[in-house]
Amino acid sequence: MSIIAKDIRVFYGKREALHRVNLTARAGEVTAIVGPNGSGKSTLLGAITATLPYQGSVTLNGKDIAAMKPWKLAAQRAVLPQASLLAFPFTVIELVRLGLQSGTAGDRSEVPMQALARVGLAQYANRTFQELSGGEAQRVMLARVLAQVWSPVENGQPRWLLLDEPVSSLDIAHQLQVMEIARDFARVGGGVIAVMHDLNLTALFAHRVAVLALGRRIAFGTPSEVLTDDTLSLAYGCALRVSALPPPGIPYILPHGASA
Amino acid sequence: MAAVTDHEAAPPRDRVARARALHGVLAGMLALTCIASLQVGATDVTLSAMLAKLMQGAQLNQMERVVLFDIRLPRLAMGVLVGAALAVSGAVMQGLFRNPLADPGIVGVGAGAGLGAIIAIVLSAALPVWVVDLTGNHLTPFAAFLGGWASTILLYRASTRHGRTSVTTMLLAGIALGALAGALSGILVYIADDRQLRDLTFWGLGSLAGASWAKVLAAGPMIVLAIGAALMLGRGLNGLALGEATAAHIGIDVQRMKSIAILAVAIATGAAVAVSGGIGFIGIVVPHLLRLASGPDHRTLLLNSALLGAILLILADMIARVVIAPAELPIGIVTAVLGAPIFLWILLRRRGLMDL
Repeated sequence: MSIIAKDIRVFYGKREALHRVNLTARAGEVTAIVGPNGSGKSTLLGAITATLPYQGSVTLNGKDIAAMKPWKLAAQRAVLPQASLLAFPFTVIELVRLGLQSGTAGDRSEVPMQALARVGLAQYANRTFQELSGGEAQRVMLARVLAQVWSPVENGQPRWLLLDEPVSSLDIAHQLQVMEIARDFARVGGGVIAVMHDLNLTALFAHRVAVLALGRRIAFGTPSEVLTDDTLSLAYGCALRVSALPPPGIPYILPHGASA
Repeated sequence: MAAVTDHEAAPPRDRVARARALHGVLAGMLALTCIASLQVGATDVTLSAMLAKLMQGAQLNQMERVVLFDIRLPRLAMGVLVGAALAVSGAVMQGLFRNPLADPGIVGVGAGAGLGAIIAIVLSAALPVWVVDLTGNHLTPFAAFLGGWASTILLYRASTRHGRTSVTTMLLAGIALGALAGALSGILVYIADDRQLRDLTFWGLGSLAGASWAKVLAAGPMIVLAIGAALMLGRGLNGLALGEATAAHIGIDVQRMKSIAILAVAIATGAAVAVSGGIGFIGIVVPHLLRLASGPDHRTLLLNSALLGAILLILADMIARVVIAPAELPIGIVTAVLGAPIFLWILLRRRGLMDL
């Protein structure tokens, strides 16, 4: 079971932002998409989540997402956007409940509180969303997304977390917490696709990494295969030195100079 | 793991239960308000006196029957319909535009509906008799609906890019739309005859004084239909609070939901404006008070808005009828005097908290 994006092309006006990009993400794994600003990471996720119009095909657990009703898709995958906005003063718990499918039964479900506890914010249940700091807001939105697909496998089908820069406004402890949540979700059979900026977190938590540059996929594989001096320096246009931690040999990346 | 873990989780405060309880409370208050409204009026005929008379087995005299059945009851029915329609329109529009300041009256939808109605009133003289006969009382509400619909769509197109609504653009486009509709209405008023002018004047200020069973029957089904459709939008509008993309991600058919919302607003506003003219601020004040009392959840907010809107409009109508009795004030003046300061208060409270 997997998400397979094939020959994805996305246009912003006349400009082609993605040039026939392929990506296969398997359930049970965290698949990271990395690349410099403007390389098309979020655009690719936008196509996979059916948020942006795209050419090519995206299948989720074998079904073409273009042919799926919004509520069927929502039952199988949840999406964490890069920035979240909220129009009215919902409380944190009300917000997390919004992700649930059933209208009224959702108010009695235990899942939203469990999801909030999972991101360490259960004590904030009654605050209004607008009172939260940027990092807290991001974790509350993650709780909403988790609540939507709370059991990673449902009726034998894996469910999916699609995360656009899930740790962008978090301190280092919470970056680790969120990445552990993603890894745990995959460990029990769910699938995760995450757009990432932090290469070291990617090396630590991702099973597969796709590197994008200028709207093309320039590498795809395990972190040790992909996160190499040459690939990264090519992608980011600056000098990066990749070393490996002692066994099991997780790569870590140090910046070296502004020019490649 | 995170360095700080939560030791005690506060049990979630249940505003949804409070909002559901409010359905019953408001329904009870609406019943009481209706009774009070039948009680007072320009004549000293009172409901209690008539009831006492009936209890004793006596018949109502001609005047009492006319006052009750032909004047106060249709006026009450229209007040309930119009109040509910305006408040629900406001709540839906605010959900759709994702902003508590959106209101059909403020952003030009009312003016657009007004223009439609004025066109119908003035140009009906030029229409073939059979068209007028066929459409009867429905022509004006229908034209008002078309005007409201066109202006809602124009407004939405103008102020929404990539699923995000710019409130500044919305308010300014609303002013432009309102001005344009006002100018076109002005031209029509200029060519209107005397009888039409009287119709039109009562209209601009907003009043329930022209209430009749015919008007109730013309506007009632449209309003009931629109409110019924709006009540099904609760979850969709909640989702829209997170933006269009996220609403779709949690399983809402956003385009369909938006079309229904725009139609419901246009029908309800159009029908209300057609029978009662420009009654302002109900649509902005009612949902705002309810959000303060029981939170922004649209699954309960919409029904509560209908109930409280009806209550407030009937109360405003009672004030309009008694404050300078035996003459009466146009109700639009009463709602503006009470509502405009609340609108300003919402504006000031939000200023600085977040970008409007």
